[in-house]
Amino acid sequence: MIRSRQLRYAYPGGPTLDFPDVDVAQGTVLLLSGPSGCGKSTWLALAAALVAPTAGELVVADQALGALKNIAADAWRARAIGFLPQKLHLSAALTVQQNLALGFWASGQPEDAARIADALQALGVQELAQRTPAQLSGGQAQRVALARAVLLQPRVILADEPTASLDDEAAADAVGLLLDTAHTHGATLVIATHDARVAALIPATFDGQIGFQPLRLVRKQL
Amino acid sequence: MKTLFFAWRYLWSRPLGAALNVLLLSLGLASITFLLLVGHQLNKAFERDLAGIDVVVGAKGSPMQLILSGVLHVDVPPGNVPLKAVRELEKHPLVDSVIPISLGDNLRGFRIVGTSHAYIRHYQATLAQGSLWDAPMQVVVGATAARQLGLVVGHTFVGAHGLGAGGHVHGDSRFTVTGILAPSGSVLDRLVLTDTASVWKVHEDFTAVDADDRKVMEEEREITLALIHYKTPMAAMSFPRYINTSTEMQAAAPALEISRLLHMLGLGTDVLRAFAGVLLLTAGLSVFIALWSAVRERSGDLALLRMLGAPPAKVAALLLCEALWLGLLASLVGLLLGQAFAAALAWLLQLDNSLLIGGMVWPPELLIVPCLALGVSVGAALLPAWGAFRVSVLSLLQTR
Repeated sequence: MIRSRQLRYAYPGGPTLDFPDVDVAQGTVLLLSGPSGCGKSTWLALAAALVAPTAGELVVADQALGALKNIAADAWRARAIGFLPQKLHLSAALTVQQNLALGFWASGQPEDAARIADALQALGVQELAQRTPAQLSGGQAQRVALARAVLLQPRVILADEPTASLDDEAAADAVGLLLDTAHTHGATLVIATHDARVAALIPATFDGQIGFQPLRLVRKQL
Repeated sequence: MKTLFFAWRYLWSRPLGAALNVLLLSLGLASITFLLLVGHQLNKAFERDLAGIDVVVGAKGSPMQLILSGVLHVDVPPGNVPLKAVRELEKHPLVDSVIPISLGDNLRGFRIVGTSHAYIRHYQATLAQGSLWDAPMQVVVGATAARQLGLVVGHTFVGAHGLGAGGHVHGDSRFTVTGILAPSGSVLDRLVLTDTASVWKVHEDFTAVDADDRKVMEEEREITLALIHYKTPMAAMSFPRYINTSTEMQAAAPALEISRLLHMLGLGTDVLRAFAGVLLLTAGLSVFIALWSAVRERSGDLALLRMLGAPPAKVAALLLCEALWLGLLASLVGLLLGQAFAAALAWLLQLDNSLLIGGMVWPPELLIVPCLALGVSVGAALLPAWGAFRVSVLSLLQTR
């Protein structure tokens, strides 16, 4: 679940962004779209407790983020947020299996090889466990990055530009994979994108576009 | 442990850079290891071989040469002194004991030293085989010399003139081995010891043309030098002055001469130490550049770790652990290289034969090497680690 009220973030010495209120139920999709600089990154940063709102209220996965600071924010993020960056940032120094183990290390949890294997299997890349990222195709790498994002069973998955630089077919696969994975884990999916194709790729089972400027939010249900 | 594991993997993701940094750091540490080893071994050798010898009396010349030749057996003596003059010293009220030392011959590079049993007692050496000599032309061989020359009790040999191998062989004068010393860790280990009379006999047999000539020689017998122990430490105030002003001999105080020698060596050591310091500084800079570049190249990966829940200190610790690995590896390589340098010096200068330097020793002062390595590597990593600590997670969010 994600809920915001009168959310505002003021960059020190920079612009102030006011965000529209949102109510996103658990297991639904929130599509953030808009041109560069409209505040999509800032909204993701706020939702991941990387920065604190200047004003207003933001509740993500039942946690009010305004008061969450430092180590508490890191610990909450590790538990509640799965993140799929545009550039996947799979470490070239590590194997696929070790890249996933990095998630346990980063969150301070004991490594669980069985969970790593399950996560890879769920995304159909279990046979790639001992390969390095350099030995993966683009699609395989995205699956591995997604396995890393959902390894710790997050309640919210934040995906940043998941279809950038992909052709239509690959973009459809990527969005489909995200939707399936979020659905499997019962997670709320937030996709930030300036790719106009993405909205069309999300099944229109729930329609209710919320438009605002400069940030547009498109909300649909799985 | 996992932090160390991931740091190790990250470090070797740039194998050439990591290897060069380890090598550069190792060279500086090896220089320091070398200096520490040489200094330690020289000090130990001096301490061991000079113990209980208050003054050395010998021919006039360089006092340091007298000490190096007569006590440490690494130089040639400045000359000989009359036996009669030394006998007079035995009666001197300030003198407790006199050990005569006569040099002149060698056996394949190992010095044949004419002396008395007191020399063996002085170094508290014990026999491993056989017995001490009880007549001229019998020898007791030091442990190292016996091992390298392959001598056992009952063997006979002839010596050669001079203190180094290759001199004229005294073919008519055969020595017989009566005893082998157990290793004592002292200068005795590499000497061939015999009665002083043996040295006279060999040379008188070799040079005397007739009985009269031999008689003259017997009356003018000499030894090379005498190792003297005082009755009282107060003797140090007057005895050397007495020798130097009232006799044709000179007195050299080992403590003083070795202190001079170490001072002279110290000048060279300072240059080497400065060189090692420059190497370490360069290595530190190289480590800094490598880690700084790593932070810049991997800022996205580091930011992702923050996104995965790693606190900033944990991300910084990853960088510091990379530096720790560098320091640890460089310590290991540096210590081994330093030992190899010391062994090479010992081999080149034949100092291993003289027991001054040689063998692999691990004195406690070598602990400074890993401390320095870790200090330099971690010091060089502080700024990059701070960069990792402050890495911006927002850089991951590239929505346009």
